[in-house]
Amino acid sequence: MTAFLIRRIAFAFVTLFAVLTLVFVIVRILPGDPAQIILGDQASREAIEAMHIRLGLDQPIALQYASFLSNALRGDWGISMVTGRPVLAEVLNVLPWTIELTLVSLAMGIAIGVPLGVWAAVRRNRLVDYIVRIASLAGLSFPAFVSAIILLFLFAIELRWFPVISAHKGSVQAWTQSITLPAVSLGLNSAAYITRVTRSAMLEVLSEDYVRTARAKGVPQRIVVWRHALRNALIPIITVAGLYLSTLIGNSVLTEIVFSRPGLGKLIVGALNQRDYTMLEGMMVIYTLAVVVGNLLSDLAYGFVDPRVKLA
Amino acid sequence: MTEIVLIPTPPRPPTGLAALLRAFNANKSSWIGLAIVVLVVLAAVFAPLLAPHDPLEQNILDRLKPPTADHLLGTDYFGRDTLSRLLYGARVSLIIGVGATLIAMAFGTAIGMLAGWRGGRFDAVAMQAMDMLLAFPSLILGLIIVAMLGPSMPNIIAAIALTSIPTFARIARAPTIAMKGRDFIEAGRALGFSDMRILTRHILPNIFPEILVMATLWLANAIRTEASLAFIGLGLKPPTPTWGGMIREGFENILDSAWLAIAPGIAILIVVFALNLLGDGLRDAVDPKLRNET
Repeated sequence: MTAFLIRRIAFAFVTLFAVLTLVFVIVRILPGDPAQIILGDQASREAIEAMHIRLGLDQPIALQYASFLSNALRGDWGISMVTGRPVLAEVLNVLPWTIELTLVSLAMGIAIGVPLGVWAAVRRNRLVDYIVRIASLAGLSFPAFVSAIILLFLFAIELRWFPVISAHKGSVQAWTQSITLPAVSLGLNSAAYITRVTRSAMLEVLSEDYVRTARAKGVPQRIVVWRHALRNALIPIITVAGLYLSTLIGNSVLTEIVFSRPGLGKLIVGALNQRDYTMLEGMMVIYTLAVVVGNLLSDLAYGFVDPRVKLA
Repeated sequence: MTEIVLIPTPPRPPTGLAALLRAFNANKSSWIGLAIVVLVVLAAVFAPLLAPHDPLEQNILDRLKPPTADHLLGTDYFGRDTLSRLLYGARVSLIIGVGATLIAMAFGTAIGMLAGWRGGRFDAVAMQAMDMLLAFPSLILGLIIVAMLGPSMPNIIAAIALTSIPTFARIARAPTIAMKGRDFIEAGRALGFSDMRILTRHILPNIFPEILVMATLWLANAIRTEASLAFIGLGLKPPTPTWGGMIREGFENILDSAWLAIAPGIAILIVVFALNLLGDGLRDAVDPKLRNET
């Protein structure tokens, strides 16, 4: 387990390092001079040169890279070119909103997807299986913003059960009201995905010898399915859920826009529209961090679920 | 007199495309998917003939009209016919989706096959890079690239292709490794065939069905990504009709003309769902483990 963990953490660091390098390169090969963009078209030559010095763009490229790396690791992500506030502070300000949304919808996806997938696998090729397969494929086909718009239209505009703009304040009731629609919209996709993965993982496990043995010695179906089989099917489910986290974070951008919810999504779209390069650099780092940490957590979960991972 | 007894040889199980077709036949839902996809492609190709109106023609007097006989799906904020815009929008979705998928398929398959074939350090580095690309949220990556380079058709295609390359690399690599040790490949090597020849003429045809399945599923994904980008405002510039862009414009009027956002949303949903049905059926047909069971 320790060796496995060390390897995974090393991979996480390599990924992070590679992405940081990529971010540095992308931002520098982009067309347009950042100083020009900050100061606008009318800026004088002297002003632009002064800005170059302020941004450190007059330094040799290797030095820029070194200071970029050390700053990024120390949490100094520079100042937003638009708002003038530290990038890290801006990101941390909205990060809880996005984390909350992704975790609630992932939880929703697991809570719906795992039982449905198990049910479909147990009833393979029966009506239930057929319906679950088609329904999950349909759920998977929803672009995140289409489901969001339909939910918004039905439940917030027509039925008025939920607020149109979902920024909660204070009370538990307000929180539930504001997170329900966004989380359902994102959770729909994850539930569909997890249902399919659970179903195929269960199908594989259910055909194994030890499941037959357990049945042969008279273990009740309920225990065979939920304890013997599901436990082994959990490993691929966790892997996929961990990988899916990245899609979920990406899709949350769309959900946040539809529901006018604060979060990384609104921040990144704003930064893109205003060409706020320092903000974009920071956002790319935070997205990578989120994904790397998510994958690391799912690796940890393996070890928890499956003692055999220790050998790997 | 000795009698010659012909021992009946068991019929060879069909391989390659024949098996694919047979298994595909058995799955009704993939036929439904295929039928819808064909209809959408026809609608896109014949959009100029089918569209009741010019998709760009504005009519201030007919703004935000609900569905009528003349405008079957109503009109948008500028009085343009929604149905006509949907038909023309299908062209954009399909061109970008197919273009991005083909590019990703070509590059991804080449990288995956080379990595599997060469093995060693090249494999390790290439696949590590693919894993990193895969780890980064594809929508965010696409968003950044298109925002930086500008929302033109080649840029959008390139951005979506880039995010789908790792999947194809992974799909191509595993069967290449499995096939590397097979006798007929050894024979090819013994005959002195070049790596290039073995890879393209002997390995590629064998792994192609699996790649094709992936391509169907990723076409669905590419169409969805294009629509998502357009919804964020990174689609082709207006007035070109794109489904995501129509939803974006419709969303601004969601309070009084919700169908403007919902109609193109349903169009995307139908196409993506049909492609998923098709890809899913094809996958069952290609997967040997599942094939024997059906």
